Order: sequence, then structure tokens, then C-alpha cells
Amino acid sequence: MIGKQSEERMKSKEQVLSLIVRNRPDVLARVAGIFSGRGFNIENISANITPDPGITRITIVTWGDTATVEKIEKQMKKLVDVRRVTHMNGEGSVRRELLLIRAALNNENEDEVIFLIEGLGGRIIQKDHGSCIAEFTGSSDDINGILNRLDGIGMEDLGRSGTVAL
Amino acid sequence: MKLKGAQIFIRSLIAEDVDTIFGYPGGAVLDIYDEIFKERLRHILVRHEQGGVHAADGYARATGRVGVCLVTSGPGATNTVTGIATAYMDSIPMVVFTGQVATPYIGTDAFQEADITGITRPCTKHNFLVRRVEDLEQTVHEAFHIARSGRPGPVLVDLPKDVMQAETDYPALSPSTFRDEETALHLDQDAIQRAYGMIKKSKRPVIMAGGGVIGAKAAEELRSFAESARIPVTATLMGIGGFPGTSPLWLGMPGMHGTYQANMAVSHCDLLVVAGARFSDRVTGKTATFAPKAKIIQIDIDAASIDKVVRTELPVVGDAKQALAFLNTLLANNHFYLPEEERKAWLGEIAQWKTEARRPLRRNGTIKPQEVIRTLSDLTGGDAIIATEVGQNQMWTAQHYCFTRPNTFLSSGGLGTMGYGFPAAIGAQVAFPERTVIDIAGDGSIQMNIQELATAVNYRLPVKVIILNNGHLGMVRQWQELFYGKRYSHTVLTKSPDFVKLAESYGAVGLRADKPEEVEPVLTQGLSLRETVVMDFTVDQEESVYPMVNPGASITEMRLY
Ligand SMILES: Cc1ncc(C[n+]2csc(CCOP(=O)(O)OP(=O)(O)O)c2C)c(N)n1
Repeated sequence: MIGKQSEERMKSKEQVLSLIVRNRPDVLARVAGIFSGRGFNIENISANITPDPGITRITIVTWGDTATVEKIEKQMKKLVDVRRVTHMNGEGSVRRELLLIRAALNNENEDEVIFLIEGLGGRIIQKDHGSCIAEFTGSSDDINGILNRLDGIGMEDLGRSGTVAL
Repeated sequence: MKLKGAQIFIRSLIAEDVDTIFGYPGGAVLDIYDEIFKERLRHILVRHEQGGVHAADGYARATGRVGVCLVTSGPGATNTVTGIATAYMDSIPMVVFTGQVATPYIGTDAFQEADITGITRPCTKHNFLVRRVEDLEQTVHEAFHIARSGRPGPVLVDLPKDVMQAETDYPALSPSTFRDEETALHLDQDAIQRAYGMIKKSKRPVIMAGGGVIGAKAAEELRSFAESARIPVTATLMGIGGFPGTSPLWLGMPGMHGTYQANMAVSHCDLLVVAGARFSDRVTGKTATFAPKAKIIQIDIDAASIDKVVRTELPVVGDAKQALAFLNTLLANNHFYLPEEERKAWLGEIAQWKTEARRPLRRNGTIKPQEVIRTLSDLTGGDAIIATEVGQNQMWTAQHYCFTRPNTFLSSGGLGTMGYGFPAAIGAQVAFPERTVIDIAGDGSIQMNIQELATAVNYRLPVKVIILNNGHLGMVRQWQELFYGKRYSHTVLTKSPDFVKLAESYGAVGLRADKPEEVEPVLTQGLSLRETVVMDFTVDQEESVYPMVNPGASITEMRLY
């Protein structure tokens, strides 16, 4: 029974951790350090303050089996600045990413591009003669799907945030 | 009342009951040193910052209190890293104060600037950069609180020069104000009840104690538990001293250089009660075959240590002292029924293993290092404070010195730091000027912090250094012999100094033994002197540490010699 991986060990999958931490200068470095120091990988990460300016919420997406994530959770809880760690994989949680894209526009494609963006649930937030910037939100899968569909419209640049979860 | 940062700093230390700091000055901490001068706080000037941190660590291990070290910025701070990592791996409570360049210069690559909080983030329990003098007092108290609470560990506080010079009101808050976050660990009584049930049912139980037992000051509870339930005890390197080596229930250390009986007992037990140990690879060998027949109860204050390496049947997250005390109450109240016959059979089997493994030293006219340690053990009655370096000297000490009390074996277990032992012994001797404190060293390790001889002599510390001089980096030579076809690549130590003359040049006493019959007289003489003494024993160069389990093998696969 020892050393052997547990039988019910689940397959590796995406795991979302939500951390409530003290808003201190190097708290993000400490949290990230747990991952690098122990050989775990961060898929993506996002952090910002909460209504309480002394408290920050950090959302981390990682990849691993349940046992690995439990180990990460326990290590996180040891950090002095970490108040709470929640595993956000359950049904009740909502996860979102933000995608910004810049698309090239010209007289010929403009209507078609804007139609496609809006059809995919995007919103144009800036537009001038040569290009436009649009935003999308959705789960990781949604965003991946959107990116596939947008392929070929002349995307010039994109920015994609980490996951935010509640 | 307005005070300067440096004054607030000193007063906060005094409020924390700090009586001794180990340190080394420099530009960034001159304001503090000026206050130390006025306040006459006991400060031990070491000769290298690494020595200072190890001394604070030795002080902490020997006393169970928080060790304190103060150094300057830049190179002073970076020189502490090995000492901090050493304490971190062994969960030793310590606060290291580093000077820092003035806040406006931080991040400009100023003279003697180092991002020491960045550098030590992975090897401290927590660290702080104090940016405002108003935060200083609180931060000092928080640092002490973090260092000693829960699973103890080193905390670093970085002190910019201008913060030490700035003035502010000093409210002189009591340190207790900062203990509100005390993780008042209430013991999981349910888990202990279940543990009790499992212990009662087991036929072949073993207790494995780690450094956590000593950290939690739980040695008395452990002894009483093992004796009333008549369970044999093994202790990891860090747990040595946590159970009396004189007890018939004592098995010795398990693992790579563990005793035959300890490894066999762990491998054949049906229940392993583990307290305050983290299952290092040096203890478990191949994890898949570690304690294959046992259910494991793991008591640990650090939830992250549970199920990290080895899967446990029953985790008990909590303080080892409380947990063992509660178990003792359960045993007493339930008139713990001992399955006499079965327990007799189990203890008999263990006694059999003990006899099987006994072997005489093969004498060949040279001094055997094991014999030096056994003789020392007899001469001191197992009552000295023994520090070790790292290597064969460390393993032979763990195997052949009969430790009877906790806080008497100071050794770098987790990091395995050569150069640890001598400064650690200095720290212990500072704490206990009247006790016998000895560093057992190899000729390689002693040269890593030998400059601290000046510290020992300067403060008239009667520390004894025993060098098991085998002319080699012995433990590495042993691995080369066994695993690298005897290609002794760079493990022969030629041109070592004459340690007797070297001791004398520092103002210490130097003694030498070259023949077996000189061992006892030299030890007797050295121990009798109230001075710093270096005893150089020319020992058998070929001697290796046995038993030995090859790295990655099962602990039942022991080479006995
Ligand atoms: C700082 C440091 N460097 C290197 C090592 C690797 N190492 C482990 S044991 C050892 C040899 C120690 O030799 P010595 O101090 O002479 O002791 P012996 O094994 O001969 O008793 C070495 C080099 C270490 N543990 N620590």
C-alpha cells in the first residue's frame, strides 16, 4: 500500500486553485515559488485585490492528478500570507478567461470580420481605419474554440488572461 | 517616547527574552552595533557569517529556544544562506537579521546590496523586508512567533539602514500581542482514539520517532508511551536523543546506515507509529518496499508532511507532545492489556536480530573510528552535547554514541552540511558553559569552518573537537569504493594542516593519537581540560560505515560489512 500510487488515483487533469492571500509585496513570488521549487507546473495564474484592499485573490490553473494537487494545496497552506485555499473543480464553480485580439481591417473584410466577432459573442472595444480590438470571455475551452474560429481573419496580436474562478 | 529604529530593534529582542546573538558587523548594521555597544546585549562575534548562523542553530537545538543571528548586507547576508537552508531542512527555530542598503537605494545595485529576501525565499519559513520604522517592532515579534510556532523554522528579517536610523514612537507592545494568530491546534481526539485501537490490536508494533519529537519537547511522553505499551523504538537521525539509547526497547537508527534490527523491525512490523518524521529517502530506502506489512499512523504538526512520500493509514495532524500525552492517558485509563505472549515473541525476534548483527571490529593495529566514539560514549556517560559534521563521522556517531537525552545530538540531517558541527558546538557551549560539548569531525569537514577556533578561544569556550582523521573525504571515498570501481577521484586530502599546531596557533590545545592505546588517554586528557581542545585521531583510512543499504534499495537489503 505504500509508495504505490493509490488505486483510485485520478488521471491527470486541469485543476483550479483559488487562494485568498494577504496583499503583501512578494506574496505572488512565494506562491509561484512553491510550484517551481517542488517541480509543479503553472498553466496560468491571475491575481488581483478583493473588496478588502488588504486581501488578494490568486487563481492558479495547474495540471496534475488529485494527489498532486492535494500536495500543492498543503504546501500553499503553510505559507504565512495564505489565508485560504479552495479547490475550484466542483460543479458549483465558474471559471472564466479574458481574450483580447487585434484584427486587421480593410474595406473588403471589415463587415465579415465584425460579423464573425459578434457572432462568437465578442465585443468590439476599439476600432480605427486599419484594425480593431475585440474582447471575449469564456471558459478555457470556449476561448480555445473561439481562437480556432478566428483563425484566418488576419489576427495581428492577442492577449489572453489567466483563469478567474468563483 | 521617540526612539531610533536600532534602539527599537534591540528593545524588541530583549522583549523576546533574547539573551545572546551571534553576529558579524558591517556598514549596513552599524547603527545596531552602536546600540549593542550601549545596551551590552550579549553578542558573540564569529569569524564568518556561516559560522554565526550555525552557532545560532546549535544554540537553538541545544536549548529548544529561538537562535538569533545578525549580519550585514550583501556578502554578510549571502554568507548566511547555507546556515539558513540547514536550519530550514531540520525545522530549527531561528531568526536571522540582515542589514540592507537604505530604502532609496534598494534595487539600484548599490554597494553591498543583495536581494536577500528573494534569495532566501525557498529556504526560510517566511521572510520580511522592513520598509518603515513604524513596522519594525511588530515585524520582529512576528518573526519570532513564526519561527517557533507550528513546524518551527528559520525566519529572515531584512533591515534597511535608513529604517534603523529613522525615529518613531515606541509603544513597547508586549510580544504576546502578536500571538493572536497562534494556530491553536486542537488535537483530533477521534484520531487518537482510533490510533489507540490500532495499537491495541497490533501484534508487532514499532515506533519511529523523528526530529519533531525533540522539537515538540515530547521525549518524556514518548518514553512513557513506549514503556507502558512495550513497543520498540527506532529514531531517525534527527530523532536521536529523543529516546534513551540505554533502554532495552531501543532499536537504533533505521535506513541507509541504520541498524540491522531497526531495519528488520520496520520491515516486519504490522504497525508503525511515526511521530515527527518526514520519511526522508535516507530512512525509507525504496519506498515501495518500506514497512510493507505495516499500517502506518503518522503524527505530525505539518499536514504537508503527511502522505508526501509514504501513504498513511491514519494521519494525526497535531503536536507530538499532546498526541503522545493523550495516548498515554488512554493507555492508563483503559488498563492497556498487553498481549503478553505475542509481545514477547516480537521482542524476542528483535533480540534475535540484534545478536545476528553483532560483529567485532576487525582490528589491524590502526585506530578504529568506531572505537574512538564508543570510548567517548563511555567516558562521558552518554551525557555530553555532541555535534557532528557530515560524512562517516556523523554516521559513526549516530551508531556508536549512546545518547540518553534529547537536545544533545546536533547534526545537519536534512541538508547534510559539512562545516555545521563546530560552530553549532560553539553555539551550544555558549548556552551551556558548564556542560561538555564536543564536535565530532572529519578532516574534510573541520576545514570548512575551522576559523571559528578563534571564536571558541576568544570566549574561552571549552569546546572539544575530535577529528577522525582518515586522510580522505571518507564518506565520498566509501561511495567511490562501492559504486565507482575504487576510482578515488579527488577524495584524498593531501596537505591537510598539522591540526595540533593549528590549534595551538589559535591559542587552543592540540592533542594527537596515532595508536589504538592512545585513544583513551588522549580523550581523558582532552575532556579534563577547561579549554578549547582539538584532538586529532589518525584512524584507519579504509574503514567504511556499515551496515549500509544501497541508495534506492529496500532497507532489508543491507550490507552488514
Ligand atoms: C558543504 C558540503 N560539501 C560537500 C558535501 C558532500 N560530502 C558529504 S560527506 C563528504 C566527505 C566528508 O569528509 P570528512 O569531513 O573528512 O568526513 P568523513 O566522511 O571522512 O568522516 C562530502 C564531501 C557535503 N555534505 N557538504
